[in-house]
Amino acid sequence: MFAFIVKRVAQALLVMMIIGFIGFAIKHNFGDPVRDLVGERVTPEERMKIREKLGLNDPFMVQYGRFLKAAVHGDLGRSFFFKKPAMEVIVQKAPATLELVFASACIIVFLSVPLGIFCAIRPKHWFAKFTMGGSIVGVSMPVFLTAILLIYIFSVELGWLPSYGRGETVLLFGWWRSGLLTADGLLHLIMPSIALSSIMLPLFIRLIRSEMMEVLESEYVKYAWAKGIKPRRVWIVHAFKNTLLPVITVGGVQLGIMVAFTILTETVFNWQGMGAMFIESVDRADTSLMVAYLVFVGFIFVLVNTFVDIIYGLVNPMVRVAGRK
Amino acid sequence: MKRFHSGIKHLILLALVFAALVLSGCADSKKEEAKPEAEKAEVKQEEAGQEPLILAFDAVPVAMDPHVQLSGGMLQYSHMVFDPLVRWTQDMDIEPRLAKSWEQIDPLTLRFKLREGVKFHSGNEFTAEDVAYTLERLKKSEDFKGLFEPFDKAVAVDPYTVDIKTKEPYGLTLAMCTYIFPLDKKFYAGKDEIVKSGPSFANENESGTGPFVVTKYVPGEQMAMKANPNYWTERGNVEELVIKAIPNSPARVAALLSKDVDFIMPVPPTDMKRIDETEGLKLTTLPGSRIITLQMNQERRPEFKNQKVRQAIVHAIDNPGIVEKIMKGFATAAGQQGPKGYAGYVEELTPRYDLEKAQQLMKDAGYENGFECTMIAPNNRYVNDAKIAEAVVSMLSKINITVNLKTMPKAQYWDQFDARTADIQMIGWHSDTEDSANFSEYLMMCPDKETGIGQYNSGEYCNAKVDELVIASRSETDMAKRAEMLQEVERILYEDAAFVPLHWQDLAWASKDNMNTEVIVNTMNFPYFGDLVVK
Repeated sequence: MFAFIVKRVAQALLVMMIIGFIGFAIKHNFGDPVRDLVGERVTPEERMKIREKLGLNDPFMVQYGRFLKAAVHGDLGRSFFFKKPAMEVIVQKAPATLELVFASACIIVFLSVPLGIFCAIRPKHWFAKFTMGGSIVGVSMPVFLTAILLIYIFSVELGWLPSYGRGETVLLFGWWRSGLLTADGLLHLIMPSIALSSIMLPLFIRLIRSEMMEVLESEYVKYAWAKGIKPRRVWIVHAFKNTLLPVITVGGVQLGIMVAFTILTETVFNWQGMGAMFIESVDRADTSLMVAYLVFVGFIFVLVNTFVDIIYGLVNPMVRVAGRK
Repeated sequence: MKRFHSGIKHLILLALVFAALVLSGCADSKKEEAKPEAEKAEVKQEEAGQEPLILAFDAVPVAMDPHVQLSGGMLQYSHMVFDPLVRWTQDMDIEPRLAKSWEQIDPLTLRFKLREGVKFHSGNEFTAEDVAYTLERLKKSEDFKGLFEPFDKAVAVDPYTVDIKTKEPYGLTLAMCTYIFPLDKKFYAGKDEIVKSGPSFANENESGTGPFVVTKYVPGEQMAMKANPNYWTERGNVEELVIKAIPNSPARVAALLSKDVDFIMPVPPTDMKRIDETEGLKLTTLPGSRIITLQMNQERRPEFKNQKVRQAIVHAIDNPGIVEKIMKGFATAAGQQGPKGYAGYVEELTPRYDLEKAQQLMKDAGYENGFECTMIAPNNRYVNDAKIAEAVVSMLSKINITVNLKTMPKAQYWDQFDARTADIQMIGWHSDTEDSANFSEYLMMCPDKETGIGQYNSGEYCNAKVDELVIASRSETDMAKRAEMLQEVERILYEDAAFVPLHWQDLAWASKDNMNTEVIVNTMNFPYFGDLVVK
C-alpha cells in the first residue's frame, strides 16, 4: 500500500507539472491580463509599464521557472482580478463546486442503482422501457439546455425555485461556505444539481442495467437460483455486488468529468464556484488564475482516481491495487 | 465479518480525507485573519430584517478604490458611494452636487463654492482640501491621468472655496468636474497607493460622501451597501441594496423574470420585448451615445486610400437595416460620430445606404470587380457585435468586396486591434467627456505614439485640417465657436468617408415596475441609485 501511495503522489506531481506547463504555454494566447485591469483609454506605454511591473514581459522560460519555484512552495501565482493568491481564490470557490458535485453524485447513486437494477431484472416491464427511453433523451440533451429549461419552467413560469446563486450559506470551520445546512441553500441547490446529474444519471442507469443483465446470465447466479436462495438475496448480494466493479471504475472517471461539467452548470445558474470562476478568468484573461485552476483540477482527477483504485481493492479482495505484486 | 471489516476501512478512509480537507483549510484561514472591515460587517447586514434591493449587473465593481480603473462599472459605483462636485442631468445639463456654485474667475481658473456641513462616511468633514487631494490623486492614476492632463491643480482658497486650475484655457473644465468625486483626505492619507493587481487599503476600504456605504464586498460576486444615515441631501428610500454579478445574460434575465432580483443591466436586446410585456416589470431605454464604427486601414489596403472606395463601402452598408433586424430597433442608425445633443452634431449628416450608388462608386474607382480583404470584430464587447460584423460581410459582397471575417472574445481582440492585424476593424466609442471632440481625438486624428492621440485610429486616416480643428477646439472657451469647429470636423469626415458609422447603441435597464427607474437613468449609463424610490 505504501509503495502504491508513493507512486501515486509522484504521478500526481508529474501530472500537475505537465498541466502547469501546458497551461503556461497557452496562456499567452488568451490575451493580455493588463487589458482587463485598465480602462480602454490607457496608453500602450502605461500598459507596458504595468506589464513590466508584473513580470509579464520576461521570456517564457523565466516566467515558467518563477512559477515552478513558487509552486514548490504551494504558491500557484496571483489572480490579477481578485488581487489575491490564486490558490486562496480557488479554495474559497471550491466548496460551492464540491457541494454541487456531491449533491449530483448523491442523486446519481440513489436513482441509478434502484432504477438500473429494476431495468435489469424486469426488462419487459413498462416502467423499465419508459426509463430506458427517458435516459436516451437525458443523455442527448446538453447540460446548459437542461439548465435553461429547468429555470424557465420552475423559476420563470411557476416561480417555485430560485433561479440563480447559492442562497443563504453558513460558514463551517472558518472557511467552508456551505449551502447544505440552510433551507434556502438547499432550495437553491435543487435545480443546479439536477441539471448537472442529467448527463451522468442515464449513463449510469444504462451501465448498471447492462452489467447486471450480464451477471444474471452467469453460472454462479444460475447456481444460486438452483440452491433456492431468495430472489432478493440473489439480486443484491450475488449479482449486484459483482456489477459494481465496472461501475466504480467508470464512476471514478466520470466524477472528474463532472467537475468539468460544472463549468456550464455554474455559468447558467450563476453558482459561485470554481467552474464559473474559470470561465470568467478566461474572459478577463486572468491567466495565472486559469493556470492555477487547471493544476488544481488535475490534482482532483489524480486524487479521485487513486481513491477509486483503493476502493476497488476493498470491494473485490481478488483485485489487488496496482503496484503490489 | 468480512463485510463488516471492509465497512470500517471505508469509514477510516473517509475520515482521513475529511481531516485532510479541514486541515488544509485551517492553514488558509489563518492567512485570512486580517480581513478588511467590509467583510466583518457582514453579520450586521444579515441581522437586519428588511429585504435588501437586489441589483444584478454583468459584473460588480472591480475594487473599492474609485481611481483604480476608468470604466463604466467603476463610475456607476462612484456615484453610489462617493459624490461628484457636479453631475450631468438626464437632459445633459450640469447640476450642483458637492459644489454649490461656480464661476470662471480667469481663463485658467474655475472657482467652486462647496457645500458646508457635508460629512464623509468616516465622520470627517468635507472641505476644499479634500478636493485638492482628490485631483492630485486622479493625476497619479494610470487610468485617469490622461483625462486630467489639461488640469494643473486645485487650490483650497478657504475651507469651502476651491480653485481648479488648468494649464491652458480649456472648454471642458466643468464637464470634467463630473469625474471629481472627492475622497476623504484624512482617511486615505499615507495609505492611498493605487494598486491594480494586489491588495491595498483603498481597494478594501472607502470613505466618500455618497448616499450609500459599502458593508460587504466579495470581489467578482457581490457588493452590499446600506444607506448613509448622515447624507447631506434628500435621497430616495432604499435602505439596503446588494449588487450581484450575473455575467451570463440569459441567467440575468431569468433572475429578473422570476422576480429573484429587482433591477438588471445591461439588458440583452433579444429579451427587451419580453421584459416589456411581462407584468410587474418595466423596461427603460434611452438613446445612447456609444457609436459603433468600422475603420478601413489605408496603410494595409491601398484601395482604401481611394476616397471613392470608402464612400462605396459606406453606401453599401445598410445600417438602418442592421438597427431594425439585428438590434431589434434598440439603436439609432448613425451618419456621424457624436449623437444628437452633442456639440458637433450636424442634422443633415444622415445614414447613406444606397446600393446602386455604391456599385457606381466602385466602378468609378476602377474596382468594378472588387477585391478581397480581411476584417476582425469582437464577439462579446458590444451588443450583437459578431452578428453585425457578419451582416457587413454579406452587404460588402454586393459590391464585390470579399471579406474574410474573424471574430474573437474581447480578451484577445484588443491586442489584435492594436497590432492592426486586419484591413477592417470594428470599434465602439463612448466619449468620456460627453463631448464630440473626444471621438476624433481617439479615433480620427493622425496617430501619434508620443502623445497618445489617435490611439484607436486603426484606419490610419490622417487629415491635417481635422487635427487643426480639434486642437483649436480644446482651448476655445466660447461654446458656440467651439461647436462650429466640431461640426466642421464631422462634415469633413462625412465627406471623406473616413470611417463607417453604424449606430448608437440604446441603453436599457429593466426593473420591477414599482421603482422610478426612468428618473434615475441617463445616457452616460450612471444610474443615480441614491435617488431611487421604491413604492
